[in-house]
Amino acid sequence: MNQVRMSGAAVEAIDLVKRFGDNTAVDGVSFVVPEGTVLGLLGPNGAGKTTTVRMLTTLSVPTSGTGRVAGHDIIQEPDAVRRSMGLTGQAATVDELLTGRENLRLIGRLSGLSRGYIRETSESLLERFDLTAAADRMAKTYSGGMRRRLDLAVSLIAAPPVLFLDEPTTGLDPRSRTELWEVLRGLVRDGTTLLLTTQYLEEADHLADDIVVIDKGRVIAAGTPTHLKDQAGAASVVLTLTHAADLGRAVELIRSCSPELHVEEASRRITAQADGLADMTRIGNLVESSGIPVDDLGLKRPSLDDVFLHLTGHRAESTDDATDTAEPETAGVSA
Amino acid sequence: MTTLQTTRPVIAPPSLPRATVTVVWRNLIHIRRMPEMLLDVTVQSVMFVLLFAYVFGGSIEVPGTNYKEFLLPGIMVQTMVFSSAIVAMGLTNDLQKGIVDRLKSLPISRASVLTGRSISSLIHSSIGVAVMGATGLLIGWRIRNGFVDGVLAFLLLLLFGFAMIWLGIWVGSLMRTVEAVQGFMFTVMFPLTFVANTFAPTEKMPSWLRFIAEWNPVSALTQACRELWGNGLPAPADAAWPLQHPVLVAVTWSIVLTAVFAPLALSAFRRRSRD
Repeated sequence: MNQVRMSGAAVEAIDLVKRFGDNTAVDGVSFVVPEGTVLGLLGPNGAGKTTTVRMLTTLSVPTSGTGRVAGHDIIQEPDAVRRSMGLTGQAATVDELLTGRENLRLIGRLSGLSRGYIRETSESLLERFDLTAAADRMAKTYSGGMRRRLDLAVSLIAAPPVLFLDEPTTGLDPRSRTELWEVLRGLVRDGTTLLLTTQYLEEADHLADDIVVIDKGRVIAAGTPTHLKDQAGAASVVLTLTHAADLGRAVELIRSCSPELHVEEASRRITAQADGLADMTRIGNLVESSGIPVDDLGLKRPSLDDVFLHLTGHRAESTDDATDTAEPETAGVSA
Repeated sequence: MTTLQTTRPVIAPPSLPRATVTVVWRNLIHIRRMPEMLLDVTVQSVMFVLLFAYVFGGSIEVPGTNYKEFLLPGIMVQTMVFSSAIVAMGLTNDLQKGIVDRLKSLPISRASVLTGRSISSLIHSSIGVAVMGATGLLIGWRIRNGFVDGVLAFLLLLLFGFAMIWLGIWVGSLMRTVEAVQGFMFTVMFPLTFVANTFAPTEKMPSWLRFIAEWNPVSALTQACRELWGNGLPAPADAAWPLQHPVLVAVTWSIVLTAVFAPLALSAFRRRSRD
C-alpha cells in the first residue's frame, strides 16, 4: 500500500519517570518513534518496559515527564490519545467468557464505532487472524496463540495508527510466534506504527527498525539493530577444522592476517577477529591453499544478546525459552 | 489476506449512559455463560429460606404473624446486602485479569466500568429476590397490602441494594485479591445482617444489642418491607425511632449511603487507575 510517510513522530516519550513509593520503576526515559516504523523496547524483566507502555497508553500517570501519541499529549489529552492507539497488554486481555466476535463487538462499541462498521470489520479481522471458525466460541476455549491473535484483532478494531504491544509473544510456542511476527509485519506495511516491548533479542532484531534498550528504568542504548551490534564489537570468523592435529598449523597461518584469535581444542574451532566478509574470504583462501581440511567456515556477527551483555554486564534472558513464561508481574504493579 | 483499512472509521466516543449499557451487556453475558454465578442468589437463597423457615421457624415466636411471613422480608434484605460482596468480588476479579486495563485504554469515561457493574449487579440481585419471592409464595408467604405497596417494597429493596453495591464497588476498588475481598466482606456482612430484626424480633435481645439492632439500617429496611407487604405488626411502641418510621428511614439510608459510597468508589477506582 502506497502511503505518504509523514516525517512526524508517532510516539514520543519525554523524560518519563514513574515511582511506586521508594521504588523508581522508570527513571527518565525518552525516545521517539517516527511514523510508520517499529520501535523495540528491549530489556529484562523488571526493567520498566511495561510501566513505560502503561504511561504512554494513559493507563498510568507519570510521576514526572510526559509523552505524545499521534501528536497528543498523554497528560493533557488522554482521550485523544486513547482514540489514536490500540493496546495489546502483557496478559492477553480478552474477555474469556465472551466469544471472539463478542470481544470485538464489546471493544468496538466502547471505541465509539457504528454497529455496521463493527460487523464488517469484525468479519475481516477474524478472517485475517484465522479465527473465523472459532468466532462464536468462548475465548476461554482458545489456545494461547489464538488468544493473542484475538487480542491483537481487538486492538485493531478501530484501525489505530499507533499500536502498543507489551510482550506480544511471551509464552507462545515458536510457530505461533513466527505467525504473529508475520501479522505484525503486515500491519507495518499498511502504515501502522508499532511500539513493542520484548525480552527476546531475536524478536527485536526481526521486527524493529530501532531498538531502545532499557535496564533498571533507564535507557542504556538506542539505535538500529546493526548499530547496536557494531557497538558490541567487531565480527569474527569462526573456522572449524576436520582434525584437531591441524590446529597449530592453522593458527600460524591465520595469525599472519588476524593476530587476535581464540582456540577451542575440543571443538577444533578457531575464532578470529575480522572486519567482515573480506577478512573471511582471505582467511578461507589461506587455509584452503595450505591443504588443511575444514569442516565449516563462517562469519559471526555479535548478537543482541552480546550487545546486552556488553552494555549491562549481565545477560538479558535465559537462552531457555521455558523460563520466559514465568512472569512474576501482576496487573497494576508492573515491571 | 485482507488489508486493513488505512482510512480511519468515524469515531464517536460513547456517552456515559451508552458505555454503561455496553458494560451491562457484557456483564449479563457473563451471568448467562456462567450460571453458577447465580447460585449465590438462587439455590443458596432457596436453601436459606427453607432452612430458616423449617429449622428455626417452629421455635421463634413472632408477633402478629407466622415465622414464614416474618422471614421472607428479612431474607430478601439479606440478599440485597450480600450483593455488595458479589459485586466487590466480580470487580476485583476483572481488575486482576487485566480486562479493566483494556477498558481503560478506550475513549470512555472510566466511571462507566463502575456504573455498568452497579446496574448488572442490581439485575443479578433482583433475580435472587424473584427466586426467593417465588419460594416464599410456595411455602405460604403472601403480599397482603395490595399492589402499590407491594411494588414499593420491592423498589425499596432495589434502592438499598444499589447503595450496598456501591459499598461493594468501593471495597473491590481498594482490595487486591478476590480472596481478600471475600474474607473482608463476609466478616462485615454477617453481623450487619444478623444483628438486626431480619431473622428474629429485636424485643428479646439484651438491651445494648437491641439498641444496635434497631438502629441498624438493615432493620429499618426489613421493617419497611414487612409493613408494606403486611407481614406482621408495626414495631412495638418501645422500639427505636427508625423502626417507627421505617420507610422514610430506609429511603434516607439508601440515598445517604449511595451519596457516600459512590464518590468514594469512584475516587478509589481513579486512584487505583493512576498506577
